[in-house]
Amino acid sequence: MDALILQALNGLASASSLFLVASGLTVIFGVSRIVNFAHGSLYMLGAYLGWTLVTRFAGGGAPGPLGFWGGVLLAALAVGLIGVAIEVLLLRRLYRAPELFPLLATFGVVLIVQDLALWAWGPQDLLGPRAPGLHGAVELPLLGLRFPRYELFLIALGPVVLGLLWLLFRRTRFGLLIRAATEDREMVGALGVDQRALFTGVFFLGAVLAGLAGALQLPRESVNLHMDLAVIVEAFVVVVVGGLGSLGGAFLAALLIGELHAFGILVFPRITLVLVFLVMAVVLVLRPHGLAGAAPAAVPPGAPGAAEPVIRPAPLALRRFALAVFALACALPSVLGDYALSVFADFAVFVLFAMSLHLLMGPGGMASFGHAAYFGIGAYAAALLAHHLAAPMAAGIALAPLAAGLAGLAFGWFCVRLSGVYAAMLTLAFAQIAWSVAFQWVEVTGGDNGILGVWPDAWARDRRVFAWLALALSAGGTLLLLRAIHAPFGYALRALRDSAPRAAAIGIPALTVRWLAFAFAAGLAGLAGALFAYGKGSVFPTLLAIPRSVDALLMVLLGGVRTVTGPIWGALAYAGLSEQLVRATDHWRLLLGLAIVALVLFFPEGLAGAARRWWEARESDGRR
Amino acid sequence: MSAPPPPVLEARGLVRSFGGVRAVDGVSLAVRAGELLALIGPNGAGKTTCFHLIGGQLRPEAGTVRLAGRDITGLPPPRIFRAGVGRTFQITATFGSMTVRENVQMALLSHAQRLFGLWRPARRQMRAEAEALLARVGMAEQAERASGVLAYGDLKRLELAIALAGRPRLLLMDEPTAGMAAAERRALMALVARLARESGLAVLFTEHDMDVVFGHADRVLVLDRGRVLAEGTPEAVRADPRVRAAYLGGVAA
Amino acid sequence: MTGALPPALLAVEGLEARYGRARILAGLTFHVARGEVVVLLGRNGAGKSTTLKAIMGLVPPTAGRVRLAGRDLAGLPPFRIARAGLGYVPEERRLFAGLTVRENLAVGMRPAPPGRQPWTEERLFALFPALAALRDRPAGRMSGGEQQMLAIARTLAGNPRLLLLDEPAEGLAPVVVERLAEAVKALRAEGLGILLSEQNLRFAGAVGDRALILETGAIRWEGPLATLLAEEALRARYLAV
Repeated sequence: MDALILQALNGLASASSLFLVASGLTVIFGVSRIVNFAHGSLYMLGAYLGWTLVTRFAGGGAPGPLGFWGGVLLAALAVGLIGVAIEVLLLRRLYRAPELFPLLATFGVVLIVQDLALWAWGPQDLLGPRAPGLHGAVELPLLGLRFPRYELFLIALGPVVLGLLWLLFRRTRFGLLIRAATEDREMVGALGVDQRALFTGVFFLGAVLAGLAGALQLPRESVNLHMDLAVIVEAFVVVVVGGLGSLGGAFLAALLIGELHAFGILVFPRITLVLVFLVMAVVLVLRPHGLAGAAPAAVPPGAPGAAEPVIRPAPLALRRFALAVFALACALPSVLGDYALSVFADFAVFVLFAMSLHLLMGPGGMASFGHAAYFGIGAYAAALLAHHLAAPMAAGIALAPLAAGLAGLAFGWFCVRLSGVYAAMLTLAFAQIAWSVAFQWVEVTGGDNGILGVWPDAWARDRRVFAWLALALSAGGTLLLLRAIHAPFGYALRALRDSAPRAAAIGIPALTVRWLAFAFAAGLAGLAGALFAYGKGSVFPTLLAIPRSVDALLMVLLGGVRTVTGPIWGALAYAGLSEQLVRATDHWRLLLGLAIVALVLFFPEGLAGAARRWWEARESDGRR
Repeated sequence: MSAPPPPVLEARGLVRSFGGVRAVDGVSLAVRAGELLALIGPNGAGKTTCFHLIGGQLRPEAGTVRLAGRDITGLPPPRIFRAGVGRTFQITATFGSMTVRENVQMALLSHAQRLFGLWRPARRQMRAEAEALLARVGMAEQAERASGVLAYGDLKRLELAIALAGRPRLLLMDEPTAGMAAAERRALMALVARLARESGLAVLFTEHDMDVVFGHADRVLVLDRGRVLAEGTPEAVRADPRVRAAYLGGVAA
Repeated sequence: MTGALPPALLAVEGLEARYGRARILAGLTFHVARGEVVVLLGRNGAGKSTTLKAIMGLVPPTAGRVRLAGRDLAGLPPFRIARAGLGYVPEERRLFAGLTVRENLAVGMRPAPPGRQPWTEERLFALFPALAALRDRPAGRMSGGEQQMLAIARTLAGNPRLLLLDEPAEGLAPVVVERLAEAVKALRAEGLGILLSEQNLRFAGAVGDRALILETGAIRWEGPLATLLAEEALRARYLAV
């Protein structure tokens, strides 16, 4: 009994920290409609800066000029200023862009901050100082239990912050303007409110809360470079479960998730990670806008020219060009060396991976932030067959798309019932579930060590043969996708994207069409994953991790989401670029992050989009 | 003598509330083949809710909706479409990434239950049928244009062609002439009236423009606070003092 | 402009706007005086809404000048234009649906320039008595006519010198349109300049002094509304009425 109470109290303390992070995230989202992936980085920076400020100025146990609390507050304010810098330099330019772009740009910031933190504080974990005045444990009245003072302080902090934020929102003009801007920010500007200052203020507030949460973790855990993604994924869950933009909802959800962690460890120690995401999935199925969220208001008329372009049959010149490129690709393996052949097979895999995601993002108009799940499930299906059943490669290649497609059916059933950010977050959650299984179910998947020895059959073990095989399967899958986009099924998908009410009024069953598209895309991603597994001879949980999903998104966006064949070029360009970066420098995260930011800011139409614009301009000049 | 055929649309005692307020409170109405019935009333009177109850976007809490005698109460929109109801929207809704012809082909393919083809290009299927429908609404020449760039009046005509692709018996039109110039309004409503008479289509429409209502409707039904305030020929409704007080004001004078 | 005339309250010169490569406004020149109601007429897509948005800075003008009492506003962000004294009421009204009537007004509230009687909550409720009874109701739970009145009141709370009204009568019941016309006339009597776009000739005729007829982004006809209402040939030619 005592253990349960202690565990419940521990859960409350974690819930408070989680709420601090999530409240900033949800306020920022409410006003700016930006899902700030870098919010976890702000939290991490809060912890690192807090460590530096407290230990540098109050080191050796002696109270320095700042002391612990001074250091913590100063760290929070510094993070607030960093948040302002991110808003002013980057996000301010993206308020009118589709919601995926800011999400990606802030992921670029995550990569940049990771490299900068590594450079500034080094790779080793840093042990934090204790909080003066809150050392040790205290006897709890009535319960007769001893409980750490600092944890009690945290438990109290959550409701206090919630109350202060409530007062800010309900009793001040700043709060009133935030609430108004959450509904219609352009109109707030037209009424004479400087919305840029308002947004910057909101970012400052959110970043301070994240920084404070990070710095307050110092007495509880060591500071490390993985804090950012660990906390952001949990904060996403809290914000989505609570309802995007709702503070009260975030508080409730933080309590729920905090307690779930605390008790999950007691009851199901092996599947704690899965548990959290399962709860999120259940909540979203029952309440598609979270516990306290409202259905988003009708999107205010966006920037003109945002209408999707008409997809017409490819012009003859383009088809000839594509045929020539394919012929070249067929000939290439004959002249390549071993290393180049394995890179060639990788490229073929990435093309299929990107094209499968594009079916969802382009014609489907759905954002998948967890496409790596299906890639990874395909890869693991092949690897498990090879490892446990010694199945031949043909079986792996046939069954991998089936396994991934079934996973797509299972996950997609939930995802297609949600829209926008909620759907994107749910795809992320499912990918995290798949990742957790691969990571935690050590007996079957080998956990972090992965599965080795997944080699092709003897006939395809020659790298040249395998390259051709990869090319053939990738091209076949790509052709299938292209035909589907031009066939009635692809049209039905686009119809749902273009106008859902019209599509319903002409009898298109939205859920069925989207669900099948999800499974179709998942199956082909699984095929790509299986090829990747045989090409590398091994699989690891990273195949299902967030960065892998981001890879796919970047390939599609770099190629041009609003084109048909853009993702092919996007995959080739992106795979080529990251290959070079990883080989050339230790700071590939920094460079990749900067490249993502530059892509989103300056090149939002992608390569093929830019090419089409150039082509159309030339055509219309020619006609004149 | 045999009994007259049932009305194409017959709604009885429809009820629907939002947050405790009855937006639609026992509305009954019927539309016969070839007839244009206008639904008018102040904002918030329940016109749009009525439309949604009939079109399947909302489920009624009480009451029935029958289409040519068949109960379609509470079916989802795609099944209402298959039962023979076409509709146009107040804010035009077409597929902006498709050409005008492809918009109609999409509706035809859906009606023919051919949505799940993965191989044969959609643009080569049911092309002649689509062109015939476009010709009926006078849009044949614009078949190749992107629907996203059409002029407003042309979009409305395209919506009409899309709605007709399902061979409907009933056409629901939510403010069909909103945002059009007077001459365009007249032309569109004349087209609708002709189509209704030619193919025995029943038309139910909401409208704020009283010239359109009194110029084109066969009958008018006035809603106020969720209830039917008056119903009858345009002349009778225009002369009704309760309608003038609640809705028309000095316009009818 | 000759020296003898007082400068117009709003003077628009060669206003041009583009969406992508398409030119929506092809160089508009017109003015609005104090206490004058100018009506923009024309069919959908003629550029009426875009004209108002370009003046307000919501669609950045690509050329031309917009002067309010002599001060050039073109190219400024919308909030600066609002602070300079332009009030914009969009076609879709765009109220803050979750905020109450009073909170909506509070968002719009700005101090009045010296020497003018400010719009207080009481004065706004006097102008639109229907709103007074609903003061604590969320804006999303009001009828279309009430929402339109709140949208105008919210903009008036910023004490503008000139109002831009985008199709205020659209979708309203005829009785409500009549009340709206009374309110617009009262504002004109206060000395406000008003530029409104309208399809509803009945409403335009009831409140307007002058009309501008737009066609593909250019002014095709300009003159007193009375002339337009009197001459059917003119209406037939430009408005297809």
